[in-house]
Amino acid sequence: METLKFDLDAKPLREVNQFLHGDASLLDGKSVVIENPNGAHNIAVGLKSDVHVTIKGHAGYYAAGMNQLAKVTIEGSAGSGVAENMMSGVVHVKGFASNAAAATANGGLLVIDGDAGLRTAIALKGADVVVGGSVGSFSAFMAQAGNLVILGDAGEGLGDSIYEAKIFVRGTVKSLGADCEEKTTSPEDRKILADLLAKAGHSDVNPDSFKQYGSARTLYHFHVDNAGAY
Amino acid sequence: MSDDKSKDTVHKTPQTTPRYSATFDEYTNSEIRRAAATGIYDIRGSGSKRKLPHFDDLLFLGASVSRYPLEGYREKCGTDVILGTRHAKKPIHLKTPVTIAGMSFGSLSGPAKESLGRGATAAGTSTTTGDGGMTPEERGHSTTLVYQYLPSRYGMNPDDLRKADAIELVVGQGAKPGGGGMLLGQKITKRVAKMRCLPEGIDQRSSCRHPDWTGPDDLEIKIAEIREITDWEKPIYVKIGATRPYFDVALAVKAGADVVVLDGMQGGTAATQEVFIEHVGLPILSAIRPAVKALQDLGVYRNGKDSVQLIVSGGIRNGADVAKAIALGADAVAIGTAALIALGDNDPHLEEEYKKLGTTAGAYDDWHEGKDPAGITTQDPELMKRVDPIKAGHRLANYIAVMTMEAQVVARACGKSHLHNLEPEDLVALTIEASAMAQVPLAGTSWIPGVTKF
Repeated sequence: METLKFDLDAKPLREVNQFLHGDASLLDGKSVVIENPNGAHNIAVGLKSDVHVTIKGHAGYYAAGMNQLAKVTIEGSAGSGVAENMMSGVVHVKGFASNAAAATANGGLLVIDGDAGLRTAIALKGADVVVGGSVGSFSAFMAQAGNLVILGDAGEGLGDSIYEAKIFVRGTVKSLGADCEEKTTSPEDRKILADLLAKAGHSDVNPDSFKQYGSARTLYHFHVDNAGAY
Repeated sequence: MSDDKSKDTVHKTPQTTPRYSATFDEYTNSEIRRAAATGIYDIRGSGSKRKLPHFDDLLFLGASVSRYPLEGYREKCGTDVILGTRHAKKPIHLKTPVTIAGMSFGSLSGPAKESLGRGATAAGTSTTTGDGGMTPEERGHSTTLVYQYLPSRYGMNPDDLRKADAIELVVGQGAKPGGGGMLLGQKITKRVAKMRCLPEGIDQRSSCRHPDWTGPDDLEIKIAEIREITDWEKPIYVKIGATRPYFDVALAVKAGADVVVLDGMQGGTAATQEVFIEHVGLPILSAIRPAVKALQDLGVYRNGKDSVQLIVSGGIRNGADVAKAIALGADAVAIGTAALIALGDNDPHLEEEYKKLGTTAGAYDDWHEGKDPAGITTQDPELMKRVDPIKAGHRLANYIAVMTMEAQVVARACGKSHLHNLEPEDLVALTIEASAMAQVPLAGTSWIPGVTKF
């Protein structure tokens, strides 16, 4: 496999992103390494081909934002909004992720090996997110679809105003948000969880050690009896 | 005098006429009764309905001895606008400064959105998507389409972002600055639900904040991300509801906006709480001058390629409003409510049907219920058949042409060879309030409250 190297100390990010937006027929199957990222924002955003990008260090905001098809590996930590609005592909953060990881992501898989910050998977719209560590408060806020798997603990207000997304937590949950409740895991959901654990490199973790959370669906319609929850 | 007669006199003591309270007026009392019966706030569409200082409170001076007018039909008066010159490789060129504001597919029917696209295209202007994403019909019928990037990100995807001609990052809107969208279950049909990734028939609450940025520094990175994804081709607008226009415009410019869209409280919404519409935000008249001041202070006002353009909206109805907004410093305006009326919304020929809904033509604002007899603010497949996109689009194009010509009439009378040459010095105010807000003198005086001494 051909590997191309870009050094962000020597080449402007604009040129690297422009290259990565090139014709899919030229990029599909290629490997691209980005050296000296030094926390730059917007690295490898808007990718739309089956290219494998490795970021050799820490990334700033919105790394791999709106990703389509590509596989992006961040060897360090990621700033806010990693893989925000991802449509497909895989984004793997080997370190920690800051706030709003996978915000509004529609598809694909985000794997975070370490902890993730506030509002992880906020307004999730169908993607899968697996966090090896713990997540901060207000995670899965208004999450509409998709799955959030947390191997560690969750902070306050987990799943506040959640729609149809599913949350699996192995550790403790500090508190649940409005309209979020514990669910019984069906055999289908257990399979979803087991598959995601395997894809994220956690085949050794027992799916039965998780509790599942989702929407109580009491806020789906405006009603005076819910006034206190709005 | 007989007893009978004296009784008669008492009986004829003049009575006062029944007197309604100005405080507890008929509408107020009906709202108290409605709240008492239902236990939930009133939700409606449209913008502020109260009487506000507005463009009607301004007049143009026109030319005479000291100023030289242009011939009404022979001398050129340009109307074209270029938006997004600062950073975009492909700025937007429009033939008229009248653009169509963002309105969602979901709040509006498919045929209504198509009509807006057809009308805007025929008129040489742009139309704008809304919450819920871009439909192929809309893209197909709009030569210049602005794609809204909203807090909910419903239907937002990078493919549509790349298909857009410009991107409008929505921070807020005039009808509800600080509030998110709302679309009630009646309008969350199968198609709308799928586009927004929501269960069918639920009462949708859009978020009021963007999920992945929280302040002006983050906004700057967010705008840079969208530029990177679209390879710096497309102008990026930032839309704000009028609240603190000087600071908000300055921060939007600092964050990298190519164009600022400023929406006053008369600007419509598909649905929100009545209390929000009527009690939060500023009338557009009071917001334009501070916004322009911010652009001037940052050196981006009418400064060649480095300019940030200003689009204002909220209660624009005719060519006089267009000319006044431009004279106060706007580069272009946006119409929403007026465009819907041009398509056929609230038309008197539907009076019988409006009566059945407990309202009357011209007052109908329960757009969230999805029962619009005009087929515009609905997802009902039968009602929406009443919109003929070709005819409605033609009416909209006519209306925009009239507004543009009216603005030219005024500009020529003031001796201007382009609408953009209109300036605050061409205006006076009829009321002290309008004078203070628009910062033009009270008619017949040189007094601007807060600026000059009486």
